[in-house]
Amino acid sequence: MSDDHGHHKETFITKYIFSIDHKMISKQYLITGLIMGFIGIVMSMLFRLQLAWPEEPFKIMEILLGSKMAPGGVLDANAYLALVTIHGTIMVFFVLTAGLSGTFSNLLIPLQIGARDMASGFMNMISYWLFFLSSVIMVISLFVEAGPASAGWTIYPPLSALPQAMPGSGMGMTLWLVSMAIFIASSLLGSLNYIVTVINLRTKGMTMTRLPLTIWAFMVTAIIGVVSFPVLLSAALLLIMDRSFGTSFYLSDIFIGGEVLHYQGGSPVLFEHLFWFLGHPEVYIVLLPALGITSEIIATNSRKPIFGYRAMIASIIAIAFLSCIVWGHHMFVSGMNPFLGSVFTFTTLLIAIPSAVKAFNYITTLWKGNLQFNPAMLFSIGLVSTFVSGGLTGIILGDSALDINVHDTMFVVAHFHLVMGVTAVYGFLAGVYHWFPKMFGRMMNKKLGYLHFWITMVGAYGVFYPMHFTGLAGLPRRYYNNTAFPIFDDLADINVIITIFALIAGFGQIIFVYNFISSIFYGDKAPQNPWRSNTLEWTTPVEHIHGNWPGDIPEVHRWSYDYSKPGHDEDFVPQNVPMKEGEVELHH
Amino acid sequence: MTVFLNIVVVLLIAISLWQLSKVLKIYKASKEDDFVANDDDNKTQGALMLAFVIFLFLFVFYGFYAWGDVLLGTPASEHGSTIDALMFTSWVIIFAVFFLTHTLLFYFAYKYQGKKGGKALYYSDNMKLEMIWTGVPVVVLTGLILFGLYAWNDITDYDFDDEDQPLVVELYAQQFNWTARYAGDDNTLGDANVRLIDMDNVNVLGLDTSDPNYKDDVITKELHLPVGRRVHFKIRSQDVLHSAYMPHFRAQMNCVPGMITEFSFIPTITTADMRNDEGIVAKVKHINELRAARKAAGDEENVDPYEFDYLLLCNKICGKSHYNMQMKIIVETPEEYAAWIKTQKQAKDVIKLASK
Ligand code: HEM
Ligand SMILES: [Cu+2]
Ligand SMILES: [Cu+2]
Repeated sequence: MSDDHGHHKETFITKYIFSIDHKMISKQYLITGLIMGFIGIVMSMLFRLQLAWPEEPFKIMEILLGSKMAPGGVLDANAYLALVTIHGTIMVFFVLTAGLSGTFSNLLIPLQIGARDMASGFMNMISYWLFFLSSVIMVISLFVEAGPASAGWTIYPPLSALPQAMPGSGMGMTLWLVSMAIFIASSLLGSLNYIVTVINLRTKGMTMTRLPLTIWAFMVTAIIGVVSFPVLLSAALLLIMDRSFGTSFYLSDIFIGGEVLHYQGGSPVLFEHLFWFLGHPEVYIVLLPALGITSEIIATNSRKPIFGYRAMIASIIAIAFLSCIVWGHHMFVSGMNPFLGSVFTFTTLLIAIPSAVKAFNYITTLWKGNLQFNPAMLFSIGLVSTFVSGGLTGIILGDSALDINVHDTMFVVAHFHLVMGVTAVYGFLAGVYHWFPKMFGRMMNKKLGYLHFWITMVGAYGVFYPMHFTGLAGLPRRYYNNTAFPIFDDLADINVIITIFALIAGFGQIIFVYNFISSIFYGDKAPQNPWRSNTLEWTTPVEHIHGNWPGDIPEVHRWSYDYSKPGHDEDFVPQNVPMKEGEVELHH
Repeated sequence: MTVFLNIVVVLLIAISLWQLSKVLKIYKASKEDDFVANDDDNKTQGALMLAFVIFLFLFVFYGFYAWGDVLLGTPASEHGSTIDALMFTSWVIIFAVFFLTHTLLFYFAYKYQGKKGGKALYYSDNMKLEMIWTGVPVVVLTGLILFGLYAWNDITDYDFDDEDQPLVVELYAQQFNWTARYAGDDNTLGDANVRLIDMDNVNVLGLDTSDPNYKDDVITKELHLPVGRRVHFKIRSQDVLHSAYMPHFRAQMNCVPGMITEFSFIPTITTADMRNDEGIVAKVKHINELRAARKAAGDEENVDPYEFDYLLLCNKICGKSHYNMQMKIIVETPEEYAAWIKTQKQAKDVIKLASK
């Protein structure tokens, strides 16, 4: 950690490219994440076209995907699976893990705990560039001869291991694995940095129970990342061994393409265990930062303390712990011992308890507030809604007996998009609207923010609510079309409705992109503390400087939620304001 | 033509963006500090919150009204009724919580919309309230967990007592079709392994001809099941993961290469009876109307009248034709079943023994 803030000469390269300043790195994550998000959304719109109007030619398909994936504008069946796979991979890992955590952990951890930078700026820079490299490789994999990885984002072997089984399992899969291995390295470096920074570099007076909930969420997220990502790395390494060096960790007794393969003694179920040991915590790696961000935004914009601060921390920790012992709920019908199914049902349904606590605490925070509907606040309220609606169907999927009939159907797709996809995206967008002034020194346009929110909100429910019905009708996921089964004929209308809402929601994001880009250059100049917030990042100057504060780092005298505290004139009391004579802490 | 259209679309988008930016400039000129929500914004957005929750609730009801009949309908297996009862219970809880939380969330958003100089209540915690919303879920979930585990243990208990001797059937998955193998008179499947597959000698499932149990096995491309008799499926895959999904029976189990997985149920409704089921009749009618309409519009594919059948679908991504990997299931009376199985060839009459 250096104290020589703001004084040395910087070149373009050290300032904008190989920067070790957490604020710049955060912006790099944000831009990369948004670009990946754009790719992911366009993919989903394309395969939704196919689902609504199967085998109908669309010129745009051929233009965007080329004549190999969409000859004559008709999406090919393998290309469909490729799009779904890369869409899922990009959204989960590149947008909502690296994009979300990378942006806001980097921006907020030093600023909100009162530190001059991350514990290791260099490691932080490496982490970003590894992420960038893995993004580039993932995008390149779209262009390989036989097509990109297509075995689903879960890449279960043997499908993902055998090029004979599908073309995407050749070079495309190799690149997927290489990209993800680099991604994991990036994520581990980032996470270690976040944890060390929060533990060691808090400013004077910033005790753990005065930390904003954002920081709690980021730190706990980093911890589950460190615990679970290495397991995915091992899973990927063993898969690489099976693919390239003839080992049999996951493969046994396979007859394909007219011949028996040599593999013997392995089991795909082992891969499933390893994958979901990361895969489920991953859901919370995506969710917790979003929940942390909205805790902050809801309190600030309600002009009220977050309700049940300690219960919020306890539920973050409980969710994190439980998330590591529920992975088997993805495997109820995998052929694993049914007794294990019972255990995983039990642990899974327990997660509903801390989740319910969080939801009700958010709602109570609104009660008797003085709500300021800034765009960030709208997205935060939207988040509470989708978190609840998506989470509730989890009690069906988490219940082994019920999962038998809905496992791997479109019902699952509807469930996880609401609870993880939309919810985390809302957290991400809320964060962008809220901290944009901190990042770029300018304000985003409010009216466009409102328009963006309402289009997205109606679009999200319009896409994912009807999708539950297709799943309950028995429609499996990862189906290129459902015209091969007359019994699904009556889903045609629903499929069209879903796609129309998806197009509306997708195109609605153009408003955001426009607002984002034009505000960077032409937005109103931001005041120092536009939302009248308590946390330390708003005590730094609007212009970014190395080391964050020009003088000493502020000392902290109170928790971050003294909004509308009796005895103060203003409806907020920043954390660096000393307690008045005789003032006491009113919260527990 | 399409090039022209594309250009028009691009132009239109460009023009609208340009117009948008002009509108924004006017907005900006009109007010200072216009980037933070003011009383007007709070009022509009608060009202929109209320409007949205009403829209959402109506949309939820509309869904049931408009799409209620696409659902699977009457379960066709014994445990299926238990699952549906548990499902119903879960839905009651889900909707109760959904309506409660959404009413509160959006009503509060509307009611407490901010006003300049308005004062919020400093209210940071309340042990009693938090105990309530920890305690109530605990109780409700305990109930759900117990009900769920009871059902699950019952469904996955494959130790059958002697009176309940099940019909043993192998389901065999490969890219991209299904095969069934009946255990025959001895009700014991002969050993098999994909390593023994021998196309030349018509040993397509890799039966081990040194195990005499294979002889009376019957290999078919349709799955016939006698109503009221327990079936015990032994499930294999030849190449990649597949999943044997029989939604009307509330049954699913993955097919895993290198492993034999199992599932069991008792079919309770014959195909003929199911075709007369009220829900199915309505569903089939709707589907046939859609098909007729498409035929009238000049379509040629997928327009023939449809008759209901039970289905086995693949429900684990398995490659290019994953979306079309199916087998027809026919549930019939024990007499019909007995008559049918007699007409099928036994493995010993199909597989040629490799000459030593
Ligand atoms: C415009 C927004 C989006 C739409 C319309 C959309 C639509 C879909 C659909 C229809 C599928 C399932 C296709 C199938 O199984 O055949 C899918 C898969 C998936 N989506 Fe999205 N999605 C959107 C955004 C997101 C976001 C924000 C996430 C982030 C979590 C996400 C993550 C996934 C994942 C993980 C899969 C599974 C991929 C797989 O099956 O391997 N999606 N998406
Ligand atoms: Cu999970
Ligand atoms: Cu299959």
